[in-house]
Amino acid sequence: MVQLDFGVVLERWPELAWGTLGTIWLALAGMTLALVIGIAGVAVLRGKSRIGHAIVRTFVEVIRNTPFLVQIFFIFFALPLAGIRLNPTATAILALGLNGGAYAVEIIRGGVDAIPQGQTEAGLALGLRPSEVFRFIIIKPALRSIYPSLVSQFIMLTLTTSIATSISAYELTSVAQRIDGDTFRTFEVYFTITVIYLGISWLMMLMFAAIARRAFAYPTR
Amino acid sequence: MIGPQELAFLGQGLMWTLALTAIGFTGGILFGFLVALARVSPIRWISALAAGWIALFQGTPLLMQLFVVYFGLPLLGLAPPAWGAVAVALTAHASAFLGEIWRGAIQAVPKGQSEAAHALGLDYRARMRDVILPQAMRLSLPATIGFLVQLLKGTSLAAIVGFIELTRAGQIVSNQTFRPLLVFGIVGLVYFALCWPLSLWGRRIESRLAAATAR
Repeated sequence: MVQLDFGVVLERWPELAWGTLGTIWLALAGMTLALVIGIAGVAVLRGKSRIGHAIVRTFVEVIRNTPFLVQIFFIFFALPLAGIRLNPTATAILALGLNGGAYAVEIIRGGVDAIPQGQTEAGLALGLRPSEVFRFIIIKPALRSIYPSLVSQFIMLTLTTSIATSISAYELTSVAQRIDGDTFRTFEVYFTITVIYLGISWLMMLMFAAIARRAFAYPTR
Repeated sequence: MIGPQELAFLGQGLMWTLALTAIGFTGGILFGFLVALARVSPIRWISALAAGWIALFQGTPLLMQLFVVYFGLPLLGLAPPAWGAVAVALTAHASAFLGEIWRGAIQAVPKGQSEAAHALGLDYRARMRDVILPQAMRLSLPATIGFLVQLLKGTSLAAIVGFIELTRAGQIVSNQTFRPLLVFGIVGLVYFALCWPLSLWGRRIESRLAAATAR
C-alpha cells in the first residue's frame, strides 16, 4: 500500500497561497484584456472597413482552432524577435487575453446581433453620438443577454491559466511543480492544487454572480 | 534547418495526437452517454452523483486532471503505459463535458414529447430510445462537434506531462533546430487544418438547425 503524505505539501502553504493569488491575478488581468479585445473586435465587425473585418475574422478563426499551448509558445518566442521584452507573467496575460478575446468577440457579437435595429435608430434619433449608442444601447444590453456564456468562457480562461506554467509564469501550477521537485510527492501536490483550483473557480462564479446583481439589476420591460 | 527527418518526427507526433483524440472522444461518447442518462435520472442520488462528476471536471483545469490521473493510477497499483494514462484522463474529461452537453439537449426536447410517449404507454427505455434521444442527438450535434475541436486541442496538454504528441514533438524539434517560430507555426497550422473544417461543419449544422426551428 502506498503511503500518502500531504503534510510536506501543506507545510508549504505560504507558497501555495502566493501561487493562488498569482493564478487569480493572471485570470483577472486576462479576462479584462479579453473583454477589451472582444468589444473592440465587435466594434470593428460593425464598422465598414473591409480589411478590419478580414483581420478580426482571421484572428478569431486562428485562435479558436489552435491549442492555447501552441499559442503561448509562439507568443513567448515571437515577442523577443519583435524587440518586445516581457516577463513570463506578462506574456501569459497577453496570451490569455488574446485567446479569451477571440472567444469573447464571437460571444459578444451574438448578443449585439440580437439587438433590434430600431433600438439603434431610436438612440440616434434622440441625438446620441454613434459612440454613445454603441456604449449604452448596444454593448450593455448585449453583455447582459450573453452574460452566462461569457461567464463560462471566463471560468474556462481561469482554468487555462494553469498552462502558463509551460513558460514559467508565476501561478499555482508552477508553484506546484517546484514543490513537487523538492518533495517528490507528485500525486499529493497535484491533488492539493486541483482542490484549490476547484475553490478558485467557485470563487469566480460567486464574483460573477455579484457583478451581475450590481450591473444588470435594472428592469428591462 | 527543418529537414525530412524533423517533419517525420512531427508526423509521428501527429499520429499520437489523432490517436489520443479518437480514444478520448470514443470513450467520452460511451461514458458521457451514461453521465447524461444519470444526470436526467428521476432517482435523486444518481443524478446528484452525475452532477458532482460534471462539476469536478468543469471546475478544474484539464492539465490537473491529466496530472492527477497520470500520477494517481500508479498509486492504485496500475501501471498503464503513458498513452493509456493520458487516454483515461481525456476519456473522463470528455465524459463529463459530453454528459453535460447531452443533458442540456435531452432537457431541450419539449416536455409534451415525453408526456405523449407516456400516454401511449411507452416505458422509460422506449421513451428514451425511440422518442427523446433521437431528437436530443440532433439538437446536440453542433455542441458535440465543438467539444471534439476542444478535445483535439486539449490533447496538446499531454506534452506537459511529457508524452510525445504533436506539440511535444514540436518542442523537441524547436529545441534542436533553434527555429521556434517556424516549428510552432507549422504545428499550429496542422492543428488549424484539423480543427477549422470541423468548426465550419459544426457551424453549418447549427444554422441549419436554427432555420428548422424558426420555421
